[in-house]
Amino acid sequence: MSTQEFRTAQGGRIDRSRPIRFRFDGSDYTGYVGDTLASALLANGVIQTSTSIKFDRPRGIFAAGAEEPNALVQVEAPFPEPMLTATTVELYDGLVACGLGGQGRLSPEPDPARYDSVHVHCDVLVVGAGPAGLAAAAVAAETGARVIVVDERPEPGGSLLGTRETSVLEWATSVADRLRSNPEVKLLTRTTAFGYYDDNFVLAVERRTNHLGAAAPAHRSRERIWRIRARRVILATGAHERPLAFNGNDIPGVMLAGAARTYVNRYGVLPGRRAVVLTTNDSAYEAVFDLLDAGVEIAAVADLRTGGSPVWGPRCAERGVEVLAGYGVADVTGADRVSAVTLAGPDGSRDVAADLLLVSGGWNPVGALYSHAGGRLRFDTDLGSFVPDGCRQAVAVAGAAKGTFGLAGCLAEGAAAGREAVEAAGFTAPADTRLPAADEQPASPTAQVWVLPGDESRQYVDLQRDVTVAEIRRATGAGMRSVEHVKRYTTAGTAHDQGKTSGVLTSGVVAHLLGVDVGELGTTTFRPPYTPVSFAALAGRDRGMLYDPVRVTALHPWHEAAGALFENVGQWKRPWYYPRDGEDMHAAVLRECRAAREGVAMMDASTLGKIDVQGPDAAVLLDRLYTNMMSTLKVGSIRYGVMCRADGMVFDDGTVIRLAEDRFLVTTTTGGAAAVLEWMEDFLQTEWPDLRVHCTSVTEQWATVALVGPRSREVLATLAPTLAVDNASFPFMTWRDTEVAGIPTRVCRISFSGELAYELNVSWWDALALWQAVYDAGQPFGITTYGTETMHVLRAEKGFPIIGQDTDGTVTPQDLGMDWIVSKKKADFVGKRSFARADNHRPDRKQLVGLLPDDGTTLLPEGVHLVAAETVATGALPEPPVPMLGHVTSSYHSAALGRPFALALIRGGRGRIGERVYAPLGDALVPVTITSSVLYDPEGARRDG
Amino acid sequence: MMLISCPWCGPREEAEFHYGGQAHVSYPEDPSALSDEEWARFLFYRDNPKGPFAERWNHSASCRRWFNVIRDTVTYEILAVYPVGTPKPVIA
Repeated sequence: MSTQEFRTAQGGRIDRSRPIRFRFDGSDYTGYVGDTLASALLANGVIQTSTSIKFDRPRGIFAAGAEEPNALVQVEAPFPEPMLTATTVELYDGLVACGLGGQGRLSPEPDPARYDSVHVHCDVLVVGAGPAGLAAAAVAAETGARVIVVDERPEPGGSLLGTRETSVLEWATSVADRLRSNPEVKLLTRTTAFGYYDDNFVLAVERRTNHLGAAAPAHRSRERIWRIRARRVILATGAHERPLAFNGNDIPGVMLAGAARTYVNRYGVLPGRRAVVLTTNDSAYEAVFDLLDAGVEIAAVADLRTGGSPVWGPRCAERGVEVLAGYGVADVTGADRVSAVTLAGPDGSRDVAADLLLVSGGWNPVGALYSHAGGRLRFDTDLGSFVPDGCRQAVAVAGAAKGTFGLAGCLAEGAAAGREAVEAAGFTAPADTRLPAADEQPASPTAQVWVLPGDESRQYVDLQRDVTVAEIRRATGAGMRSVEHVKRYTTAGTAHDQGKTSGVLTSGVVAHLLGVDVGELGTTTFRPPYTPVSFAALAGRDRGMLYDPVRVTALHPWHEAAGALFENVGQWKRPWYYPRDGEDMHAAVLRECRAAREGVAMMDASTLGKIDVQGPDAAVLLDRLYTNMMSTLKVGSIRYGVMCRADGMVFDDGTVIRLAEDRFLVTTTTGGAAAVLEWMEDFLQTEWPDLRVHCTSVTEQWATVALVGPRSREVLATLAPTLAVDNASFPFMTWRDTEVAGIPTRVCRISFSGELAYELNVSWWDALALWQAVYDAGQPFGITTYGTETMHVLRAEKGFPIIGQDTDGTVTPQDLGMDWIVSKKKADFVGKRSFARADNHRPDRKQLVGLLPDDGTTLLPEGVHLVAAETVATGALPEPPVPMLGHVTSSYHSAALGRPFALALIRGGRGRIGERVYAPLGDALVPVTITSSVLYDPEGARRDG
Repeated sequence: MMLISCPWCGPREEAEFHYGGQAHVSYPEDPSALSDEEWARFLFYRDNPKGPFAERWNHSASCRRWFNVIRDTVTYEILAVYPVGTPKPVIA
């Protein structure tokens, strides 16, 4: 076991009294509570975490936070998770991880953890609890406003955590304490705001138990999605340091200067022993002094600015640190770790031995969320960075995220943003704000450099995607001028880190290669999520049974007990068929069909959509929406109806029962219920507000039992002794209110099978009692329960179409052979004008017909296409495109016909009745004959029993 | 996710609403008086502007009322909410 030889003697925000054992790539190590996996690896002298995805080059820890492009790891235990950055995985006891070169592996095991979500509203949302964010939150919280502060780190403080600004950190701690004790404020740590959407809607993910490892309490959700709607948002998301492109800039040991500073100050870890520093700006000098004081030797500072740093130069001289102004890195030596750096400048070049090369190419304000919100970015030439430049949403940016890199400036800007935000939200901000004194160095301008001279094929722009300057040159050489195109061509900026370090560098390199201004060129678009978010977290509790509602009828327990198999119809579970011992579906359905045609059978039809339409103008509404006349329907009678959209295409069908002069009960297809109700409401509210009609869904108030078959009348008679059931007293398409088995029941003589049949409608509560009574009373007649499959066969034998199965939104009533349902008398109804359109009179429109396979045995698959005899005159299909006549919409075995049959939509189908066409099935051409769509009882002789 | 101000219920999440396409396309007074082309224009042709667009929304998961909004199709800002049957407000 390693001894953490790169750990400083003291300091850092780790708890040295609590060591932690972990395993990485098969080796055991120790670290401390407060470490990340990356800091603990560095403490143990491990800097390389993997090899790269394309070129298999060694890659090391490069950054110290969410921007890490290299150090992807797969966590194996205690719970497997792919593709996390070592720099953000908090160390816990028993952590087992390994390095990843690119892609991770999803666990094949189900995830036992819980995930949940919270919807919340606030006056001010502050993203980022660094100096600017905390200053903003402190002001806002004082006013009584509802404030939420989110920060991705385990503790507030932001960039301060990586510095030696102890007095400001103390202030930060006291602000955080005050925020935590304020009942109107939520301070969420380990929480990443990852998406900023319309109307100040921000999504954040809180990692609640990940850092506890196996000790995580099972009852606590592992991650929680916060869906935050904020009146004002303050983005204090800080800045990411950016690298430079130079020879060998991908070798482990090359690290962002600010990251090295964080490792020393926050984690008490030396990322190396002897460092060379390469910078374009003053910020790297703070790293120089922090590392120097921690015992790292600074071999040289190469400052790309010809004048170096007027502020820091003399200080370095005082400490004996050599600064080479106007120098850059010509090359880096080292196989799996930096061993020497070649510096080149005005006075020639020289090799410097070092195990660490710290780089600062300037800072990129983190503009991701601002861009999600629709904000524009502008290139600030003085800063050499893209900064926020206006957004339509109620958002302000403060601190480094706005390009203000000095501490005093961040604090003041944060406080001002907090003040403005609460005042805009209607609160009175305190008169003055006490901010801690911050020591601020005057900074000299940043040099705008992207690429140093060298071999472009060894200069990396995106470390994770292995994209080099040479590759970007290939893209611009191919004529690409937009960074969006270059991004897609080279994949730069498309990895897990979404170009946090490489994005702006890519723009800079493209600008450099094209000789254009980077500000004109711009950056690629930032899109959510800011950091990867697990699907489990996004799904939250909406998985398994809670993914989508499951609707069951009142009879569901009975069906289950009877051994029914179920079919999903929309959200409904409907009995599909009821197999008896040893029966397959084929056998069961033939038996069920035979019972319905020869004896008596029953089905749960409760899922039919039902709409109660009431009001003095109810009949007028229905006349306008159905193709046929409903106003002439007599109270006590029932009429079948079809609805079309304005384009004349069939939209839904069902029966209309007239309950009173001003009241109808409309049934719809199971799947169309919601759409039909919305259709009616739309017309009533927007086109015909003068009509006095109300529509109410009663689908789940009425349960419906279909009682079907030549002996159904006898069963009904035994259960409803007071009801006159003979055909004259109770004719087809009428209804009666009566009692069946003592239960108030509306009995309708409706048939969807062609047989004598009844639909018994009762209160949902009485459904089980009625069903059982019918079942018991039917026993002497051999009553058989049947499901949706048998229902489909029975209706198809009669040529009754199922809207949505035999139609697809391009089918008119005439195409279905249902001219009779289209009123010639009504002046208008929805769809009528379209029937006169030329397209609806084309002779080659697809029409619903029946099909009989000539061999009497082949069951055609639904969806199979059909071709004309002349198309396959050679005995085989011609080369594509093959002219198609149409396709099979429904196909079943028929007990009544003793053979399989199908319904199909065929071009000019009714004119082809008797014609033989072919269904290509695999290599075979199956001959089938076109028939009328009504294959059983075409005279309709059976409906009266 | 937009926050849409239902005139009856107040501001609610977009997920509670159904979109209804372009507003102010009324069902013709007498469809039979229209030529095929005029009827086809009513059926199939809708504006698709970049910028403010008058459109229909329905608060389907709540009060189920239809209303009109003017929404900027570029920024998704809702510039006006107004009842069905009233004229389109003038957006400066």
